[in-house]
Amino acid sequence: MSLLACVATVALVLFVIVQSYASRLAEDSQDQILQASATSILDAISIRQGGLLVDIPYSALSMLGTLSDDRVFYRIQRGNETITGYDDLPVSTGGNRSKEGFEFQTINYRGDAVRAVTGSRDLTLNSERVVVFVTVGQTRNGHEEVLRSIVQNTLLLCLGFVTIASLIGYLAVQVSLMPLREFADAISRRGPHDLRRVTARAPTEMAPLVTSLNDLIDRLRFSLARTEDFLTEAAHRVRTPLATVRAEAEVALHRVEKDENRQSLRNMIRAIDQTSRAAGQLIDHAMVSYRTDSVELKPVDVSNLCEEVISRLAPVAELRDIVVNVTTQADCLVQGDAILLQNAVQNLLDNAIKYSPSGSVIDVVIAMDGQHVIVSVSDDGIGFSDTEAERLKQRFARGDNAKHIAGSGLGLTIVAEVVNSHGGELSLGRRNAFRGAKVIIRLPHISLCEESG
Amino acid sequence: MRAVAHPWVTPCQIYQKIRAQARFGVLVLIALCLSVTNATVLAYEIESDTFFPAIEESHSAAESQRLEILSTGDIDQFKPIIDDFQIRNPSVAIRYVTASSTEVMRAIYDEQVVFDIAISSAMDLHTKLANDGYAQVYESAQTQVAPDFARWRNEVFTFTEEPAAFVVSKKAFEGLDIPTTRQALITILRKHAERFRGKIGTYDIRQSGLGYLFAGQDARNSDTYWRLTEVMGALGVKTYCCSSQMIQDVAEGDIAIAYNVLGSYAATRAEQDDSIQVVLPTDYTLLMQRSVLIPKTSVSPALAGSFIDHLLELAWQSEDESVYPFPRLSTEDPLLSESHVPIRLGPGLLVYLDKAKRSRFVREWEDSLLQK
Repeated sequence: MSLLACVATVALVLFVIVQSYASRLAEDSQDQILQASATSILDAISIRQGGLLVDIPYSALSMLGTLSDDRVFYRIQRGNETITGYDDLPVSTGGNRSKEGFEFQTINYRGDAVRAVTGSRDLTLNSERVVVFVTVGQTRNGHEEVLRSIVQNTLLLCLGFVTIASLIGYLAVQVSLMPLREFADAISRRGPHDLRRVTARAPTEMAPLVTSLNDLIDRLRFSLARTEDFLTEAAHRVRTPLATVRAEAEVALHRVEKDENRQSLRNMIRAIDQTSRAAGQLIDHAMVSYRTDSVELKPVDVSNLCEEVISRLAPVAELRDIVVNVTTQADCLVQGDAILLQNAVQNLLDNAIKYSPSGSVIDVVIAMDGQHVIVSVSDDGIGFSDTEAERLKQRFARGDNAKHIAGSGLGLTIVAEVVNSHGGELSLGRRNAFRGAKVIIRLPHISLCEESG
Repeated sequence: MRAVAHPWVTPCQIYQKIRAQARFGVLVLIALCLSVTNATVLAYEIESDTFFPAIEESHSAAESQRLEILSTGDIDQFKPIIDDFQIRNPSVAIRYVTASSTEVMRAIYDEQVVFDIAISSAMDLHTKLANDGYAQVYESAQTQVAPDFARWRNEVFTFTEEPAAFVVSKKAFEGLDIPTTRQALITILRKHAERFRGKIGTYDIRQSGLGYLFAGQDARNSDTYWRLTEVMGALGVKTYCCSSQMIQDVAEGDIAIAYNVLGSYAATRAEQDDSIQVVLPTDYTLLMQRSVLIPKTSVSPALAGSFIDHLLELAWQSEDESVYPFPRLSTEDPLLSESHVPIRLGPGLLVYLDKAKRSRFVREWEDSLLQK
């Protein structure tokens, strides 16, 4: 925009210069032709038979008609006495004087602006000095016409100049921004885990930017690697000792015989289980948070995924005489992260098994609902009250009716985060009017065609 | 006043004439009476005054329009043009006044009589009227179409191109070659001085604006002109006010040759009258243009403008020979050759109208032609 203003200013200055120049040029050319006319009349004045002979040459006036259809006036005087011509035509005095001694003036005559020139010639008549003045005037319509056409052309030229300059400016900006755009494209095309240094070609002016971007990438990569390492390490450092402690406690349980000792060991084992589970979920949650920040989406078959999770949890369910019924449907594909989704489904089932009374039935249904894949898990557990459904999705929140069951309060949080990061929805409800919980996950469906396309 | 009854009018023209006379006979009379009563006040002299009432009588005063034309052209020549204009504008009444070109000039320039249109065969006088501010600017789509040389300042427009010709009596030149150049004419006149004595006619440039225009242009174009006037003067030349009288006298055998006759009149006459011949001199032929302007005094310039459009359309676009009475000269015309010298509008025409130049030119002309 400021560029445009600049160009427009230059054009304006150009316009003013050309116009004033053209105006002077047009006036000069009229002056010259007027002077030529006056000269030819002066030259044609002669002394014959003792008198002045004024014989205006045809060309003297016809030449004035060559450039324009302007009105022409003239006056020829001997001293102050008019010999012929328009005797009321004002005679130029004190105007601009040309080097040949002609005087130019713009006067008002017969309602028009008239450019007039006056020249004089000395003659000797009967040994007496006689001065003859010739004034030739012409209206300035032609002059104005020329000026108007020049102004018009200049205006067009200036407009053209502004247009072309703007166009060139725009193109130049586009061309110079092209590498920057390519650069930005190259970076935004990268996958979430692509933390290679930037090597795309960038204009030299952008070298510092590339360097600092690469520094940032390095630091980020380092920090992410450290987080990942930390999570693995933490899982290892927490789970292994806890498993050892639990194994020792089991062994001790078999050895001691006093009932009160056995009871306290059982309490210990239950506490260890609780801690182990809480630690596991904390790490899972950290992992989920870490991964959802950079979900790498691939087609995932939800049916297969659920069956896998169910088969993994089958021993736990069997222990408590719980039957898990699965209803699947083919092609329930979603775009997602398999590990995260697995984690979510596992948490749901875990909860279901944990809160179900022994000998009950859990229904898992995987189905299509329009453009969504739905996973619903129903159990006969204590369920949720309507008021707390939303609160339970928050971190460390637990149902008021679940105080007696071990839990970290992270299970549904993990599920909610995973589902959100996949653009899905989590809803909590009841299995039926009397009891039980029903949790539903909706995930956007993709078809195979879309995937292959 | 000149008699302009032509023996060669067609029955159709006679019918038109009768109809016209029946239509406005009384009005013409009244108009003439009025002009006579006015004549004491008006210094310019008119030749005829004709009134063409509107075809459709308009009841409201606002609709009835009146166009006043002052012209050098014969009413016979302009009647078809006026009729055609009235057919297109039935509510317009037209007053057509004829006068010589110098009287037209006097009326508009010196007396500023109110007219809406001034038509003249002396294009130099019309140029002077426009130059000195006695004409109105008129611009229309039609004036834009007219060729550049047919308009000056959008004030003066020309609508004919007519040559200055010799008109010779075939009988008078029996046994002689009919001269086609001024030089040949000089030679024949010198050789057969007695045969042609008193039998030569030309314009009186003091009376006729057109005659003066032709003479000035002749003098500008060739020095043969002054020798020719000397020779004609020595043989006792007759001077005329108007082309038509010269042609009439040639046809009737009063004179053998007329110099600088308006070719358009002569050609029309020659078509009907086998005894005369029109010669366009091959050394050079002057081409004059009839011009029209709207005087400053016009009270209905818009109507005048549409009349100018009408003339320009007839002249430069229409092919209708029945309405446009003038010869069509174009570059394709076989008559038109390099020897044609068209007189063009422009300030150059003002030179011969210069007071000093004119009085000296007339004096020289009198000296050589009238040999006073």
